[in-house]
Amino acid sequence: MLEIINISKTFLPGTVNERKALDNVSFRMESGEFITIIGSNGAGKSTLLSAIAGAFPTDSGKVILDGEDISSMPEYKRSRSIGRLFQDPLSGTAPGLTIEENMALVYLQGKKTGNFFSRIGKEEREMFRERLRPLDLGLEDRLEQPVGLLSGGQRQALTLLLATLYPPKLLMLDEHTAALDPGSAERIMTLTKDIVRENRISCLMVTHNMRQALDAGSRTLIMNAGKIVADISGDERAGMDVGKLTDLFRNAAGSEYANDRMILSS
Amino acid sequence: MERIIRTALELGFAYAPVALSLFLSYRILDIADLTTDGCFVLGAAVSVRMAAAGHPVLGMLLAIPAGALCGLVSAELQTRFGIPSILAGIITNTGLYSINLMVMGWRSNINLIREDSIFSLFRKMIPGNYSDLVLLAAIPVMIALFLSYFMHTRLGLSIRATGDNPVMVRASSIDTSSMIRTGLMLSGIMTAVSGAAVGQFQKTTDINSGTGVVVIGLACLIMGETVLGRRSVRKGIAGAFLGSVIYRFIYAFVFYTQLVPVQCLKLLTAFIVAVSIAVPHVREQRIQPRPAQKEEEGNDA
Repeated sequence: MLEIINISKTFLPGTVNERKALDNVSFRMESGEFITIIGSNGAGKSTLLSAIAGAFPTDSGKVILDGEDISSMPEYKRSRSIGRLFQDPLSGTAPGLTIEENMALVYLQGKKTGNFFSRIGKEEREMFRERLRPLDLGLEDRLEQPVGLLSGGQRQALTLLLATLYPPKLLMLDEHTAALDPGSAERIMTLTKDIVRENRISCLMVTHNMRQALDAGSRTLIMNAGKIVADISGDERAGMDVGKLTDLFRNAAGSEYANDRMILSS
Repeated sequence: MERIIRTALELGFAYAPVALSLFLSYRILDIADLTTDGCFVLGAAVSVRMAAAGHPVLGMLLAIPAGALCGLVSAELQTRFGIPSILAGIITNTGLYSINLMVMGWRSNINLIREDSIFSLFRKMIPGNYSDLVLLAAIPVMIALFLSYFMHTRLGLSIRATGDNPVMVRASSIDTSSMIRTGLMLSGIMTAVSGAAVGQFQKTTDINSGTGVVVIGLACLIMGETVLGRRSVRKGIAGAFLGSVIYRFIYAFVFYTQLVPVQCLKLLTAFIVAVSIAVPHVREQRIQPRPAQKEEEGNDA
């Protein structure tokens, strides 16, 4: 479904700050698979997601989505089939637009029929309410309010809903619960799992949380220094707990060690 | 007195599209587009030149593509060639000076003497003192109605979100560059149409008639916001419209009372704009020490 072939990316080549962020990364992902990715800071996790999303041109390698080589497609075109959530809960919604307008923007853009001048009507408004209700945040009664008034957790929930309003082929989550309070983080994680399961979306999730990395999905990749150093799935993963994963992480990362945040948050 | 009010209203309506144009570029897209001055003159030059040649209506219509072209050039400089928006506006403006002279037949001004303007034609249809006012009001009213409808369409929402959170817009598979292009073209059209109307209304256009139009437009926009608030798009549009009229009333007041020498009005305008843009910023910086002060006051009480 998603195939990454020998992707490399060096930032600031030829300068003292040259940094090899991705070093010949390859992996294959089956349709409907949910993969979690862990790695220490600077391991290349986010860079990998950005490369798949097309945020910058890669130096070499290919990204193939559903048999189509999208390596040279601009970011905004790739986002038709790839949804993405960031750590910053404010990044996925337009604060000056109301909840309804944010949803209308995404809805009208993805709709097969219609033109530049299409607007939403009563039916769509009702449909938005129906989609907001399962979030259980009361947003369905606040359609007219600017999104800027919502809390981080509420905005991240809305972002998740927007990203999956039309289920994408691939959903990429970049530590999307890390900046939220524990309660909101758990709620967003539950929502994520539900939405991904219901719509059978393939999902790549970067996390710093060992617990989360094992609880969600069916396969875990460990990254270090721009490479995938371990790929755990099946029985091996089923028999794993946080302690074992941490050990594995330490070994896989060579002399490197898990940073405090990873151990503390597990 | 009645004549003063009428003149203030006429000029307020004539210049209102400039304030609406700045509402779109400055408030919605968050781009300080300084193409306004040159674009305004281009609209006036095209319109008056055509009217002088006996085609006043065509002159008004031709101002539309002329304005769109100004916006397009400025937008391309910004999005495709990475020139900072303020500089892109200034560059476009500088180039427009020669273009405007060319449109005016390499003269620095053109006058309509006996030739018809859209206003003289309209007066034949609807005679009376208020004939000009009706026509002058019709233009910004149509633009404002169009804008308030447009802002809730797919394209309008995309343009608004582009100024608000471009990352989100790209994530929704919308090309932000083409939204900036569309927005600035619309904004250019409004400015040029205003120039076209003012030119034919005053039966003259001058190569320097655009000087300061952008700052006056911003002053109008801000005054309107002060009165109506910035909450919704509709209020913003109504505010730009209202601010434009208020400004001309202040102008008329100053002109007739000689409270401030009329020559100093641009200085006053610049002052108003600088202060009103500065105030929110200064207020924000002062927020930090305030809670402590409040607590003390609370304790005293």
